[in-house]
Amino acid sequence: MTEEDATVKEPLDLIKLSLDERIYVKLRGDRELRGRLHAYDQHLNMILGEVEETITTIEIDDETYEEIIKTNKRAVPFLFVRGDGVILVSPPLRQ
Amino acid sequence: MLFYSYFKTLVGKQVTVELKNDLAITGTLHSVDQYLNIKLNNVHVVNEQKYPHMMSVRNCFIRGSVVRYVQLPPGSVDVELLHDATRREARG
Repeated sequence: MTEEDATVKEPLDLIKLSLDERIYVKLRGDRELRGRLHAYDQHLNMILGEVEETITTIEIDDETYEEIIKTNKRAVPFLFVRGDGVILVSPPLRQ
Repeated sequence: MLFYSYFKTLVGKQVTVELKNDLAITGTLHSVDQYLNIKLNNVHVVNEQKYPHMMSVRNCFIRGSVVRYVQLPPGSVDVELLHDATRREARG
């Protein structure tokens, strides 16, 4: 990688540096994805691999009116994600 | 153009398209256009109990803007090719 490639001049450069790394993506509708970034474009359409999707739902108990937060997870081998649902993308997860 | 080109390579393959209204449709990819509109053949809905009105639908056009995800067949994802195409797209 040359010096020019490694500097962040515009926001999308941060995502360019995350190519082939595991990233975190927050989406509309209380959805989150963790997966390896294989492709993206200027709309933030993406192809992710080894994806784990987390969907958070809040249910209100009929009697006590308590908010019950539930998270559902599922794994998908390869996923194309349409960019218009993306809220934020965060570079490599340290694990 | 990257994803348009990529989806064209998937024509004839089985994909699952998940829409923003949570409906998930599996079918054979017939064609795709520059807006990532998708035409599927031999479709079936993943959760037929919940969406019985879709049972008689055999093929359909899906407007690109209502797509949330497309689940890709693992055998037709060449990650090295995607990396190279993404780097080219990011430069140009």
